Amino acid sequence: MAALVNRVRHAFYMDSVALMRISAKVSSAAGVKAAALMIGSTANKNLLRNADLLHADSEDAGANDLIVAVRADDDGAAVEAVKTAETLLDAAGANVGKASEWQPKSLESAIREFPGANLALISVPGEFAAVEAHRAINNGLNVLLFSDNVPLAEEIELKKEARSRGVLMMGPDCGTAIVGGVPLGFANAVPAGGIGIVAASGTGLQEVSTLLARNGEGISHGIGVGGRDLKQAVGGITMLMAIDALDRDPATRHIVVISKPPEPAVAKLILDRVEKSPKTFTICFLGVDQLEVPRNASLVGDLRSAAEHALAGKGIGWTGRPDPLALAARIEPGRERLQGFFSGGTLCAETQVFCKRAGLAVASNVPIPGVEKAGGARPDKAHLLLDLGEDEFTVGRPHPMIDPALRDRMVIEACDDANTGVILLDAVIGFGAAANPAEALIAQLPPANARKAVLIASVCGTDADPQSYSRQRQELSDAGIVVAPSNAHAAEIAIALVAAIRAKRP
Amino acid sequence: MTISTERGDTAPSRAAYRLLSSEIRVINIGLRQFAANLEARKVPVINVDWSPPAVSDPKIGKLLAKLGG
Repeated sequence: MAALVNRVRHAFYMDSVALMRISAKVSSAAGVKAAALMIGSTANKNLLRNADLLHADSEDAGANDLIVAVRADDDGAAVEAVKTAETLLDAAGANVGKASEWQPKSLESAIREFPGANLALISVPGEFAAVEAHRAINNGLNVLLFSDNVPLAEEIELKKEARSRGVLMMGPDCGTAIVGGVPLGFANAVPAGGIGIVAASGTGLQEVSTLLARNGEGISHGIGVGGRDLKQAVGGITMLMAIDALDRDPATRHIVVISKPPEPAVAKLILDRVEKSPKTFTICFLGVDQLEVPRNASLVGDLRSAAEHALAGKGIGWTGRPDPLALAARIEPGRERLQGFFSGGTLCAETQVFCKRAGLAVASNVPIPGVEKAGGARPDKAHLLLDLGEDEFTVGRPHPMIDPALRDRMVIEACDDANTGVILLDAVIGFGAAANPAEALIAQLPPANARKAVLIASVCGTDADPQSYSRQRQELSDAGIVVAPSNAHAAEIAIALVAAIRAKRP
Repeated sequence: MTISTERGDTAPSRAAYRLLSSEIRVINIGLRQFAANLEARKVPVINVDWSPPAVSDPKIGKLLAKLGG
């Protein structure tokens, strides 16, 4: 019979990434069905309760307490797993103690100790994030709010306050930015150059900045504005301020704007502002191929086209692109299903754009307009593109860019799926990302000659990233995975391959 | 919901340019790894040893933040 064991550590705090790393280790222990280590905030207790991980005795735990929760096959396995978690917590706590010198306990004392600070990078749990961001803005700091789960009303209030104080409020749920060459959050090491990027999409910024870098162009600044900035209720406050700032910046020659399709009234606000600029623009409203834009701007519908336009029209090619017909020859007839597993949400969306353009009906957990929502009763042959960074996949688990274990498991399962012949995936590298996203997957894959599906990957990163683009690409390629030079190329060859397999029908 | 029409090259927007033209000095609150990444690149950063506030009601927390507490 399944057993649930909770242990509460009072007055104990460790950041969520550190806790999730321990959760991942404990979850993989023998006999463990599910495990989570979380501070006892109201939101976390709800998550634990919904996952059948909260014991009645832990209901009184507060935000200053840590709950270690394990559900296992039996009491013995659960108790053993909790012990493992406690050992790992002690070890992690000891390391933190050793590595760190004195640290301020609050933003205010940090400001006193660190004069001239101009940016607060905030990644505390969502329910506390707005309070810290208010503090930072009130003290005249620009903010990069990495945290998600910040209510929209809070975002609007924070952004209005930031505007009135003349500071940038990047986020919430802003995964990345590059300010003055400094990568913040999840970002890549890109050279300095003349292209400024403003993005309401984290991996959109990463994909375009790294495509530019790998094709010889540098970035002046990459400003993330948060995925909801172009919603009507927010009105693009941060994007408009960012365009103003880049307009004044002598290092910025050309500006790339990246977003999901905004609501028309907000698109008009942005485009009206663009028209007033003396600089040239690339406007990428993902999936929007037709829209009137000012004369100093060009509209593109995908990330690769955005990079190509910013490269003054230089095409990004693929030397050694494999022939889809030759790839299809490896696949048994009937295996026509495409499955894609993405750690980058915008990369999943861009793939949908290409499928939609090609007339390939796909479903996704985060569908773009015109694409079917995944879930419910669907035929198991339907093409599926999943954004694994969505909440449904990240509760109590690190984001797939930090730990791709779930992605790896899903890819392995897809290899065994009798209908699947084409598997798409991304490897997003850079600061904050997994040390080697390819390694564990490759170790678990069947040998290339025994695989029933063709795997196609793209790597988002540069050679200056800690994981190295070339090294990551080589490892994937050595394992028999087709490595495309961009997510767009990966999508295109996957679509061509599906068509080639279909053409083999008797 | 109405859309803000306050936009353009206003004084606050000009002020935001200051961030782009200055050396970045970061206060990190939350994931320690972000501070470590910046330290490794020799970017000036201070890490706040953050833990959830004793007052866990966000409304009271916000009020305190506004009062500078």
